[in-house]
Amino acid sequence: MKTNIKRSYAFNIISIILLFIVMKVLMSANILTRYYTGIVIFICINVVLATSLNLATGYLGQLALGHAGFMAVGSYASAITAIALKTAGLPDIVMLIISLTVAGIVAGLVGIAIGIPALRLRGDYLGIITLGFGEVIRVVINNMGGLTGGAQGLTGIPRIVSFDSVFWITVLVVGILYTLTHSRQGRAIISIREDEIAAEAVGIQTTRYKVMGFAIAAFFAGIGGGLYAHYIAFLDPNTFNFMRSVEILVIVVLGGMGSLTGSIVAAIILTILPEALRDFAEYRLLIYSGLLVVMMIFRPQGIFGTHEFSMSQFIHKLRHNQIISPRKEVKEGE
Amino acid sequence: MILFLQQLINGLSVGSIYAVIALGYTMVYGIIKLINFAHGEVMMMGAYFAFITVIATGMPFMAVLVVSMVLAALLGVTIETLAYKPLRKAPRISALITAIGMSLFLQNLALVIFKADPKVMPPDVIVKKPIMIGELQIGTVTIITIALSIFFMVLLDFFIKRTKPGKAMRAVAEDKEASILMGINVNRTISITFAIGSALGALGGVLYAIAYTQVYPTMGVMPGLKAFVAAVLGGIGLIPGAMLGGFVIGMVETITKAYISSQWSDAIVFGILIVVLIFKPTGILGKNEREKV
Repeated sequence: MKTNIKRSYAFNIISIILLFIVMKVLMSANILTRYYTGIVIFICINVVLATSLNLATGYLGQLALGHAGFMAVGSYASAITAIALKTAGLPDIVMLIISLTVAGIVAGLVGIAIGIPALRLRGDYLGIITLGFGEVIRVVINNMGGLTGGAQGLTGIPRIVSFDSVFWITVLVVGILYTLTHSRQGRAIISIREDEIAAEAVGIQTTRYKVMGFAIAAFFAGIGGGLYAHYIAFLDPNTFNFMRSVEILVIVVLGGMGSLTGSIVAAIILTILPEALRDFAEYRLLIYSGLLVVMMIFRPQGIFGTHEFSMSQFIHKLRHNQIISPRKEVKEGE
Repeated sequence: MILFLQQLINGLSVGSIYAVIALGYTMVYGIIKLINFAHGEVMMMGAYFAFITVIATGMPFMAVLVVSMVLAALLGVTIETLAYKPLRKAPRISALITAIGMSLFLQNLALVIFKADPKVMPPDVIVKKPIMIGELQIGTVTIITIALSIFFMVLLDFFIKRTKPGKAMRAVAEDKEASILMGINVNRTISITFAIGSALGALGGVLYAIAYTQVYPTMGVMPGLKAFVAAVLGGIGLIPGAMLGGFVIGMVETITKAYISSQWSDAIVFGILIVVLIFKPTGILGKNEREKV
């Protein structure tokens, strides 16, 4: 069993490296133009945001409608740090790492501050209170003139991200989230989603794990926001409104709540789709929202449900021509 | 003092619009436990229906209002049948996402049909002649807004308490399975709820459009969100709660805009929501329920 896991880890790492090389080659051959590279970077940012929200909503089972608030906190923290460090003459990558760390920590702290009171609530009420907090964060940023540039927006943010850094940071974030969800803590988090009272009865400190999950989700949302700030190089507080939170949630639900690979696939689809529909500019969002409704009616559990896509399993399946995945068999046997 | 009274009356007028919209949220939530995010867009559509009727026929205001409310009721029932009914048994979050999708869909539909530029509601829909009480100046729009909202709230209260469909509505909200056993047609009752909620949303939309003179595709977002806050504040699912919440939110918003800061008014509205949810999650009028295993 152990060797199996090791083999699948090695397999996934190799496929990621291969993907990176393919992308680099395509970019140097200019098949992936600057425009397409920009879309790829946006996909990565959306993957970071969606997988982090998936931890809170998919694994922990707590509906959060204010994820854009954490993203906003992270992007402003990161941008302000980078502007302050501009004259220090650090190499881009060092500056990026410092700013993103600040972004994550500040967003995580805000996540703890919001999580402790908010997580006493459940279901719809939690969704509503996180929505409220998200809006409050936006208005506060809008009114902190000196520090955040207020409603005029924040300019002069150093553009210190490249495809390479965004790609590897995304891989790192997803990797950390994957190992977390498969660890002891991750199982505790999932048990809260399945049945909070039963989890408490077997001795899991539900409040602690809920706040922890929420704070980690906020931490990575902050990092996602930081990447966004350093790629766009301009921040307007009104981009972090309720609709932005909804966009992230839609990615999570469409991919499947409780499936990180699902979030990745959905992030790719939902970032490319509006761009691909650009020729029908007017009808673009109409089609997008229509598809969303149809999708929910016919496949409410999302593309992947709670399953994960694994490269080694996929190849195993191809080789043995298996139709049912081993995980499904276990489920049916229950 | 005069200025303060003036602000109070303005607050009452804004509050009654929020209250009317909040009723739609609360009725739908009470009966199928769904936060109907598309409600703000139904309100926007109601405003457009009124605008088109005025431009095309030049009917008097009351007739325009009735046309708009009937069309919005049809729209509400259509949304329910097409998008929400298939998801009655699905997980709550799927229904929520569908509601959000529906809201986006209607917004963009309005954008495609009516284009993004704001349409100006013809000013002669309601004769704007201010009435003077001493030094106090009250606009006709303000009076009509308050009067119409209160009229429809009383009507709704009568409908819910005294008529058969109203009683059926309360029964389904209380216990769906038991009301099926009592021979209540649940699907029809839910449709009626959507029709009434949407008609009230259209009423709010028309009044809002006249008060602010403009109609545009995203006009439903902010009032929708605030009306929703109002519904939660009063206790979601409770009809008197939505009315109370609407007036409170309208007052708070007007008073902060006048005396504190117009930029912070949104933060204060949502701040109140957060405080209420932390200390009394079921809202001002809600009863705390003990959780059972």
